[in-house]
Amino acid sequence: MNFDFSDDQKLLRDQARKFLQDKCDRKSVRSILENHKQSYNAKLWSQISELGWTGTAIPEEYGGLGLGMLELCVIAEELGRALAPTPFSSSIYIFAEFLKSYGTDEQKKKYLPLIASGEKIGTFALSETNGKPKPNNIKTQYVLGKLNGSKNPVSDGESADYIIVAANSDGNSNYNSLSLYIIDRNDPGVNISNLETIDPTRPACTVDLENVACERLGDEGIGWEMIDNIFNRAAVLFSFEQVGGAQVSLDEAKKYSLERFAFGKQIGAFQALKHKMADMYVKIELARSNAYYGAWALSTDSNELPIAAAGARVSASEAYNFASQENIQIHGGVGFTWEYDCHLFYRRSKLLSLNIGSIRQWKENLISNLEKRNIV
Amino acid sequence: MDFNDTPQEAEFRKKVRAFLEANAEKRSTLSSKPNGDSGSSISSAGAPETVKGEDAAKVALDNAKEWQRKKADAGFAAILWPKEFGGYGGTPIEQVIYAQEEHDYFVHSGYFEIGIGMLGPTMMAWGKDEDKKRYLPKMITGEEIWCQLFSEPSAGSDLAGIRMKAEKDGDEWVLNGQKVWTSGAHFADYGMIVARSDPTALKHKGLTYFYVDMKTPGIEAKPIKQISGSANFNEVFFNDVRIPDSQRIGAEGDGWKVSLTTLMNERLAVGDPPGLDFDQIFEASKEIEVEDGLAVKNSEVRQKMADWYIQSRGLQYTKYRSMTALSKGQTPGPELSISKLVTASKMQDVSSYALDLMDMSGMVHQDKNPVLKNLFQNGYFFSAAMRIAGGTDEVLRNIIAERVLGLPQDERSDKKLPFNELPSGKN
Repeated sequence: MNFDFSDDQKLLRDQARKFLQDKCDRKSVRSILENHKQSYNAKLWSQISELGWTGTAIPEEYGGLGLGMLELCVIAEELGRALAPTPFSSSIYIFAEFLKSYGTDEQKKKYLPLIASGEKIGTFALSETNGKPKPNNIKTQYVLGKLNGSKNPVSDGESADYIIVAANSDGNSNYNSLSLYIIDRNDPGVNISNLETIDPTRPACTVDLENVACERLGDEGIGWEMIDNIFNRAAVLFSFEQVGGAQVSLDEAKKYSLERFAFGKQIGAFQALKHKMADMYVKIELARSNAYYGAWALSTDSNELPIAAAGARVSASEAYNFASQENIQIHGGVGFTWEYDCHLFYRRSKLLSLNIGSIRQWKENLISNLEKRNIV
Repeated sequence: MDFNDTPQEAEFRKKVRAFLEANAEKRSTLSSKPNGDSGSSISSAGAPETVKGEDAAKVALDNAKEWQRKKADAGFAAILWPKEFGGYGGTPIEQVIYAQEEHDYFVHSGYFEIGIGMLGPTMMAWGKDEDKKRYLPKMITGEEIWCQLFSEPSAGSDLAGIRMKAEKDGDEWVLNGQKVWTSGAHFADYGMIVARSDPTALKHKGLTYFYVDMKTPGIEAKPIKQISGSANFNEVFFNDVRIPDSQRIGAEGDGWKVSLTTLMNERLAVGDPPGLDFDQIFEASKEIEVEDGLAVKNSEVRQKMADWYIQSRGLQYTKYRSMTALSKGQTPGPELSISKLVTASKMQDVSSYALDLMDMSGMVHQDKNPVLKNLFQNGYFFSAAMRIAGGTDEVLRNIIAERVLGLPQDERSDKKLPFNELPSGKN
C-alpha cells in the first residue's frame, strides 16, 4: 500500500506553498477582485510559467516538463490554498488536456509549447443557456467550415488566446452531432464581452461567434464523449484546489476562534464551535481521501476514472462549500464584511462547484457510472 | 501511488487468505448475517448476543471457541502480541491485513476481541510476570474469555466518574457497586475492573485497577435488552465481592493511568463495524419500486446514494492513507479518528431512508422477513446504539476538536475538588 504522494512530490508542494505565500498574498488576490479592468494577475502568471508549472504534465516533446498528473495535483492544491487569480485551470486542466488527449501531432506541436510556456492561454466554451449543457441547448453551429453562435459563461475567455468551442453541425442537435473546434480569439468574427461572476478573481465572459474560422479537434461527432473524459480529468485537479481552499477556510476559522474572546473565554472553547470545526475537519478529510483516489485513477489511466473523478468532485465541492460557509459563521459579524477574507473563499468555493458542472450533475454521473460498472 | 502490498505484505496476505478459504464461509453484499451471529438481528462485531435460546447461545460460544483455537493454532489470533505469549509477533500493517481479509467471512471473533485487543496489552504493560504467564496464553486460544468492567450508570462518557467502591480489608479488597455495558459478562471467565479506592482523593487519583474471576461469590450479571430486542451487553452487580490484593494491576491510586493503556488499545481492537452502507442500499434500490419505477432510477434516490458513496469510499481511502503510514513504519495521522463518527450516522441515515423507500412494507420486522431479510430494520435499531457505544458522536467531536485541531478543552469543574465533593445530582 502506497497511497500517498512521494517525497519529491511533497518537496514540490512545500516549494509551491512557499512561493505562493510570497508572491500571491491576499493583497494580490484582492487587487484582481477589486479591479474590474484586470482579469488575472499577469505578473504571477509569468512567474509560475517561468517555474514550469504550466508545463508540468505536458510532454517534453511539446515543450513541457513531462512530469505526471500527480505533480499537477500537488500544484492544484497549492493554487487552491492561495486563491491564485490566474487562468491556470482553463488553460492547463482543460485546454491542454483536450489537446494532449485528442490533438493531432500537428495540433499538439502548434499549441502545446505555447500553452506549456504560458505565452498563450487557452479555454473551453460549452454552455449557452441557463441550466445543464445538453445536446438540444447547444445552438452554436458548424456549417461549411465556419462557426456561428454565442457561448456563456466562458471561464477566462477574456484572457484566452485560443478557445475550444463545442458546436453541433449541419443543423443537427443530438448526442452524435457535437464536435469540438479550436478558434483564435483574434478572428474578426469573435466578440468577447465580460460577465460579472460570483468570484471576480475567476472571471468569465460571453463569446459571440460570427462566421469564425476554426479547426476541428478530435473526431467528428464525439464531442460529448471528449467533454466527459476531459471534465473527469479536470474534476480531479479541481478537487485538489477545493481541498486546498477548504483546509485554509478551516485553518482561518480556527485561528480566529482562538483570538476572539466572548463571555470571558476564547470562542473556540465553546462546544457549538468545536463541533462545527470537527465537522469541517471530517468533510475535508473525506474529500482529501476521495481526491487522492481520483489522483491515483488519473495518474494510472485507470478505467475507474469516471467514478473516482465524480467521487472526488462531489466530496471536494461539498467540503469546500461547507468549510467556507462555516468559516463565515465562526467569524460572526466581521465574517460578512468586505474587509475580512472569508468571502474570498465563500466566492471561490461556490464558483468551483459550478464551473465544470454542478454537484447534482456530478452525483448523477457518479451513480450512472457505478451502474455501468455493475453491468460490465 | 499504488495499492499494492509490499512483497512481505503480499506473502502474509496470501497466508491469511489460504487459512480463511480453508476454514471459513464467505459473505455476500445483501446479507443480514453479521459476524459471530446466525440470528435475525445485527449485533456489533465486538458484542455477541446474550439473550437467545440457552442452547443456541452455547452452540454459538462453542463454535466461536473452536474458531479461535484454529486461529491460534495458525498463529493469527493475536497478530500484535509477542511470540512468548502465543502471539504472531507481527506489525500493525499485518494486523490490518488480517482484519481486512477476515471481514469478508462469517466468523466468530467478537467474544475475544476485548481480551486480546485491550485487556491483554494492559496486563503485558502493568501486570506481574506470573499473571502474564498464567492468563495470556489462554486468552489467545479462547479457552478463557475476558470482559471489561469500566462503565457505570454514572460513568459513561465521563468514565473517570466511577463510583464502584474498593475497600481494603487486610490482604483483600471488598468491591461493592454496579458496572454496565459489559459485553460478555455472563460467559466471561475473568474481567478487568476499575474501582474507586479513595473517594477523598481527586477524581482521577482515587482509582485502582484489578482483575477478577467472574465466578467469585457476589458477582451477578444481568443482560440489558436493547431497542433492537437483542442483548449485547450486561449490567454487573458487585455485592461484597472479596478479592486478594494480588489481583491488583498497577499501584493503588494508579487505576486511571492503567485504564488509559486499555483505552488506547481500543481503537486498534474495534474492528470494522458491521456492513450496512452504500453497497447495501445500492443493491436494494434495484429491487424496490417507488412512484416512478425502480428506486435506483429515481433522481432523488440517486442524489442521496451519491452522498453515502463519497462517505463510504472516503473512509475506505482514509484507511488506505493510514495503512500507507503503517506500511512505512510510521504512526498514522489523526485522520482515522473520523471513522466511527461518520459510519454510525451514515448507517442510521441509510437504514431510515431505505425503510422510506420500502413504503408500507418497511413496517414489517419479523423473523424470516422475505423483504430484504430485515437488513434495514435491523440497521435502523443498531445504528442508534452505534452512535453512542465506544464514544458518542459528541465525545468524538470533542476529541477531534481538542486533540486533532488543538482547540481548548471544555472548562471543567471536576478537576480541583475531591471526588466525594463533586456535584453529582444525587447528594
